Amino acid sequence: MKWINENLYISPINTYIDPSKPVENAIITHGHADHAKPGHKNVLATKETINIMKIRYGENCAQNFQELTLNKTLKIDDVKITFYPAGHILGSVQVLAEYKGERINFTGDYKTKKDKTCENFEPVKCHTLVTEATFGLPVFQHPNEHNEIKKLLRSLELFPKRPHLVGVYALGKAQRIIGLLRQQKYDKEIFIHGALEKLCNYYVEEKIFLGKFLKTNLKDKKEYHGEIILAPPSAIKNVWSRKFVDPIICQVSGWMSIKQRAKQNLVELPLIISDHADWNELTQYIKLTGAENVYVTHGREEAIVHWCKMNQINGLALSLSGREDEEDL
Amino acid sequence: MRSFSELINKLLLTSSRNRKVDVLCDYFKNTPDPDRGFTLAIITNSLEIKNIPISKIKEIVRETVDEELFALSYDYVGDLAETISLIWPNKENGNLPQISKMIGILKNINKNESTRKIHSFLSIANETERWALIKLISGGLRIGVSSRLAKTALAKFGEKKLDDIEKIWHGIDPPYENLFKWLCDTGPIPEIDLKNTFNPMMLANPLEDKDFINLNCNNFVAEWKWDGIRVQIIINDSNIKIFSRTGDDISLSFPEIKSLEKNMVILDGELLVGRNYIPMNFNSLQQRLNRKKVSLKHINDFPAFVKLYDILYLNNDDLREKNWEERRNLLENWYYKNKNEFFDLSKIINFNSWKNLTAIRKNEIIDEQHEGLMIKRKSSPYISGRPKGHWYKWKKDPKTVDAILMYAVRGHGKRSSYYSDFTFGLWDGNQLSPIGKAYFGFNDNELKILDKFVRNNTIKKFGPVREVEKTFVIEVAFDSVNSSTRHKSGVALRFPRIKRLREDKPTSEVIQLCEFKLEFL
Ligand SMILES: [Zn+2]
Repeated sequence: MKWINENLYISPINTYIDPSKPVENAIITHGHADHAKPGHKNVLATKETINIMKIRYGENCAQNFQELTLNKTLKIDDVKITFYPAGHILGSVQVLAEYKGERINFTGDYKTKKDKTCENFEPVKCHTLVTEATFGLPVFQHPNEHNEIKKLLRSLELFPKRPHLVGVYALGKAQRIIGLLRQQKYDKEIFIHGALEKLCNYYVEEKIFLGKFLKTNLKDKKEYHGEIILAPPSAIKNVWSRKFVDPIICQVSGWMSIKQRAKQNLVELPLIISDHADWNELTQYIKLTGAENVYVTHGREEAIVHWCKMNQINGLALSLSGREDEEDL
Repeated sequence: MRSFSELINKLLLTSSRNRKVDVLCDYFKNTPDPDRGFTLAIITNSLEIKNIPISKIKEIVRETVDEELFALSYDYVGDLAETISLIWPNKENGNLPQISKMIGILKNINKNESTRKIHSFLSIANETERWALIKLISGGLRIGVSSRLAKTALAKFGEKKLDDIEKIWHGIDPPYENLFKWLCDTGPIPEIDLKNTFNPMMLANPLEDKDFINLNCNNFVAEWKWDGIRVQIIINDSNIKIFSRTGDDISLSFPEIKSLEKNMVILDGELLVGRNYIPMNFNSLQQRLNRKKVSLKHINDFPAFVKLYDILYLNNDDLREKNWEERRNLLENWYYKNKNEFFDLSKIINFNSWKNLTAIRKNEIIDEQHEGLMIKRKSSPYISGRPKGHWYKWKKDPKTVDAILMYAVRGHGKRSSYYSDFTFGLWDGNQLSPIGKAYFGFNDNELKILDKFVRNNTIKKFGPVREVEKTFVIEVAFDSVNSSTRHKSGVALRFPRIKRLREDKPTSEVIQLCEFKLEFL
């Protein structure tokens, strides 16, 4: 790591990847708040990520935006930058940086599973892999997402009177869940909390099929018997949710595989669907890249570093601060 | 196993008591005998499968999963059954046997085949079944269902009175087919053997100050709450059975207690050790508890006797519907007729106002002997469980000491992602000496503060134990202190809990162990 450092700083071009503080030049892998911060001077990202940043932070959240299309290489001085889809959320990418023949790939957040609400993941060969490890423990083996969605549908059949309040993160998770419900032929309208509206509309603008969704109106008399209502987990915990009589609290996240964590959050129906790679995806991808060096940005670094050692790969934990995997808390 | 595992998963994730009752009702309705009966036995802790030690399962996992990865995972998840169920990498096709068969297999499994069998079960199981299976083997489901709640569900399912179920509960055995027959109205209420069956006890509620003012003191009696263990004694034809509060038969631990009474009688009292009906402290009683074999020396050094509180049966007559005053009369009659060195009457305390009783509690309490006062309503029948408005316990005020946080371990169950078991200590010269452990007393917010402190101030890790920077002072409340040879500090606190966080207090103001002993021992 002579030309990049532990803060994901590419020194030959004075550029940071997903910096946590405002900088002069930033490459942003995707729109989640722990990766995309407002206040940078120049931002390089996909069109979708730029749009998402503008929706969340306002048109002027950076001085200059530069778009880079997937699989197109941009040369900045002696460094070549290419974006490859990360399969995490709409617009998310891995960033391949090449300098003097050395290839370093920054995964950002990623998953290798198929997802109809974003470009599917593409593997990239590299010498050095800078990877996330949100679910970097062998206890995390995400189940099939369609079976998880079926659990929600079965619960609706079993409790046709009870509103199903589904905790989802506003960006990516919400739209994926709506999409997955549509794939299961759920064609009723789906209700959403106001905080999800702009981003759902944006997904529709990008030609992603979500069917009919409606913002919940807390003043109406509607009782939401047997309806699906998506909301950020924080809203479900506060007064907003009091409108709903005898709801079933669901939460969608990779963490939900841990029953005790579901219990702590008073989740009655945990749905284990994640937009991050699980243990098997993480370790298989490390192998597939052929990387000799693996740097782990955030998550359960210790286990991945240990696994690398077992497989004769150099592993190092960077322990970047401020990465709280907000979409999966 | 599928429906059993789904049931306990649902029970774990349901927080409302009423919903849990509904979930259980549904299960009883839709599950045939003997499965539902065995499940009931497991939930109510009436059945233990102690054939396979948990170390065996850990060994099997260690052979299959890298040790370091397992340790990291366990540290993160915090619950052993969950960690194993999630990390298990092998998948095989097949179905696990149903719960009643599974219990039979686990009970009769022999050592040679147990590794292979369990390995195969773990591979066939889905994740929730694996979790349930390990919980079943390791005992203690920890799913937040008390046996009271299970019985409430039975009552609802069969449209019967909960009290009737309580009365027969200790006289029936898994898989309870006669019970379910009665609940489904296809059989009579199960007959029980009175002479050998524990009757659930009547328990007291803590006295809260606001209740106190509203009670008319003329309607109540008071007696000391003796600091021993609550027991139920069944005497029949000179045979004695002694049961603990939870219904465990502890007769064998106290073989010296005898009576010549020929008729059947069931008594309620406090078991103590001492001479001439003068109790020694709880520490001495502990020398007698949990021993399978009792030596003569133990009996001589710590002779047991019972202070009688109440009478439930006499000559096969159920007295529980009678009020306290009537029962007290019958108890006193029995006592004077059958007086011997093993039975003493718990004395009634005379008082004429609450103010008067308050003074008695303050001035006459003997720390070694009394846990506090009991206040009982004269008109109350003997109702099993903890009915409201009948009996009150008024414990003596806890003692407190400021101590320094030293070590922490993660909690279990719901608390598994927090550091919630704390060891604290006092100065011994300029070193710290641990004096006890506490894992409750704090509220959720205080727990978060403690957890954060532990995570940010760990100086060493020993397996699951974290040693922390010695800077955090906590106020610990406890009921009493005993000298102890098992603890390095030489003291053992009874019922310690964290009362307050004293982040404001400098550790230099925490007292020396010798000062503590002087004050409390
Ligand atoms: Zn993300």
